[in-house]
Amino acid sequence: MDFSAINPALLIASLMVAATAVMIAAIGELITEKAGVLNLGVEGMMITGAVCGFAVAVGTGSPFLGFLAAAGGGAVLSFLFAVLTQFALANQVASGLALTLFGLGLSSLIGQNYVGIRPPPTPRLDFGPLSDLPVVGPILFNHDPMVYAGLILVALTWAFLKYTRAGLILKAVGENHDAAHALGYKVIRIRILAILFGGACAGLGGAYISLIRVPQWTEGMTGGVGWIALALVVFASWKPWRVLLGAYLFGGVTVLQLNLQAAGVAIPAEYLSMSPYLITIVVLVLMSFDRSGAPASLGRTFHASQ
Amino acid sequence: MLLKKRSFLAGAATAAAMTALSTGAAFAQDDVTKVGFVYVGPINDGGWTQHHHESAMKMVEEIGSDKVELVYQENVPEGPDAERAMTQMALNGADIIFSTSFGYMDPTVNVAAKFPDVKFEHATGYKTGDNMAAYSARFYEGRAVQGTIAGHMTKSNVIGYIASVPIPEVVRGINSAYLHAKKVNPDVEFKIIWLYTWMDPAKEADAARTLIEQGADVILQHTDSTAPLAAAQEAGGVIGFGQAGDMAEYAPSPRVSSIIDNWAPYYIERVEAVMDGTWESHNVWEGIDTGMVGIGEITEAVPEDVKAEALAIKDAIASGEYHPFTGPIKKQDGSVWLEEGEVADDGTLAGMMFYVEGIEGSVPQ
Repeated sequence: MDFSAINPALLIASLMVAATAVMIAAIGELITEKAGVLNLGVEGMMITGAVCGFAVAVGTGSPFLGFLAAAGGGAVLSFLFAVLTQFALANQVASGLALTLFGLGLSSLIGQNYVGIRPPPTPRLDFGPLSDLPVVGPILFNHDPMVYAGLILVALTWAFLKYTRAGLILKAVGENHDAAHALGYKVIRIRILAILFGGACAGLGGAYISLIRVPQWTEGMTGGVGWIALALVVFASWKPWRVLLGAYLFGGVTVLQLNLQAAGVAIPAEYLSMSPYLITIVVLVLMSFDRSGAPASLGRTFHASQ
Repeated sequence: MLLKKRSFLAGAATAAAMTALSTGAAFAQDDVTKVGFVYVGPINDGGWTQHHHESAMKMVEEIGSDKVELVYQENVPEGPDAERAMTQMALNGADIIFSTSFGYMDPTVNVAAKFPDVKFEHATGYKTGDNMAAYSARFYEGRAVQGTIAGHMTKSNVIGYIASVPIPEVVRGINSAYLHAKKVNPDVEFKIIWLYTWMDPAKEADAARTLIEQGADVILQHTDSTAPLAAAQEAGGVIGFGQAGDMAEYAPSPRVSSIIDNWAPYYIERVEAVMDGTWESHNVWEGIDTGMVGIGEITEAVPEDVKAEALAIKDAIASGEYHPFTGPIKKQDGSVWLEEGEVADDGTLAGMMFYVEGIEGSVPQ
């Protein structure tokens, strides 16, 4: 056993990388659910975003355009869900599951010609001498832009929900769509926007995996991260900062268990391997005892005539 | 809740794929030998499944597409889903079915019992039956060559090993690589991470990065994607090896060599045996000698003398004059496993679930 091999600064730096994809996707789903829509298609939108982003980044040579395309791809797929659930009034759970299946298949189809290709590298943000600082340098000043974008997104989402009128309207639609409708708010339009935002975020999260974290395209490469994102939203009681906490906890335990295994810690590998899921769920369940978060209209279909 | 959702999805995906399979199969003709393949990953994973599939297609090409028809199903989870996939293939008139992952062993036994007229071939397992054969490759022979190169190439004396699922095949690979790295570099240390998956690029990349952060400058992998090589390349100054496939897109560095699975000759032989009625159940284990285990080109990133030494070991194994597990070898707890000059028997190797002396940590049970 050799703990000295584990460098805490590098550990924290890698947990931020490991957490970013699930965090961005979860924030998108949080907004969707706050508007009262349960979209279980996160996994499908993520993988679609992953392949769209990869294809465009390879085609144009620009990772930035890749991420843009990923957000677009995720949003387009989520629009399908929006049409099904908001206009055709289809069941949200079934539509979401179908979206995941569809996304997985569609991404394999698009990705056929991209296997074994290397994407253009995403440059890290250059903070000059700050990046060379001991401990603080690798943790705070040596990441790719998406890590910071993810953090900013969480902050903006929190501020949007707490301080803006639009955020208040979004929450009103999610809590009681009949009342919101009676007040003259366009329930369907607001929900569609929320769904599109969720899709775009899921797409970004997926592209983070295919363009930065791995980086390559492989079928099914999101490997269930979308489901983790969905669970995070629930266990985080629909609060943005708790999503951040949950994601970092999940990423942290994931990276830590790999480090402990490599350092030869005497805990059996099978327990270490399950620890990220277990610890994240236990902590967030303990935190969610106040039960205040679930939007009252979550998953309910709205039609103006009813 | 999460698990239920996911298994439901896997089931639904399988069901959907099988519907497609059965409609396609309805047009099959009787004079054509129908060969089924069940794959654990996608056919373009760049590794394990891709090489099974390429070998299968080579088999069709060799025998002739007018005489043999290939049906396959990708991404079949190990367990009950595999049983359904194979049952469906058998019901649709498959004459021989290859199940190409260790976890399909018991499902194959079950389905083989239900369809006595269909031949079954299971890869990398040890159970057989009247109509079920087992075939596997001696990957540990390739690991001996890898270990030799790894031991010479490491400057930090730390070698990272990304292990997949704790089964004897993987443990054999670790032991073989360790013994041969140790032989050429007594200071070498192995850091092993178990991922409990054959393929998950994100996890593989995280594991490779963790090993590199902890000082490893050579990464060996028993998982199927190229993600660890991508991580090695990003880190710089780190080398790795192609697994199951050549992974030549990362040559000459970080990929300095590879273990290539070549199943085509075996598939051709076995399908032809079904066609002329000479098929019999067996349990074979082929290695470098028959070409089932191939060593990918050793690139110029490896010094000439190291390359020569690695190739010498390869040739010695191929000719049968050297066995990678030749004593004296002790088990991890210090007890003697093989005496001086003693060679491991296949029975022990097939069930090998222990580390040799010098490796830290324990094998997950």
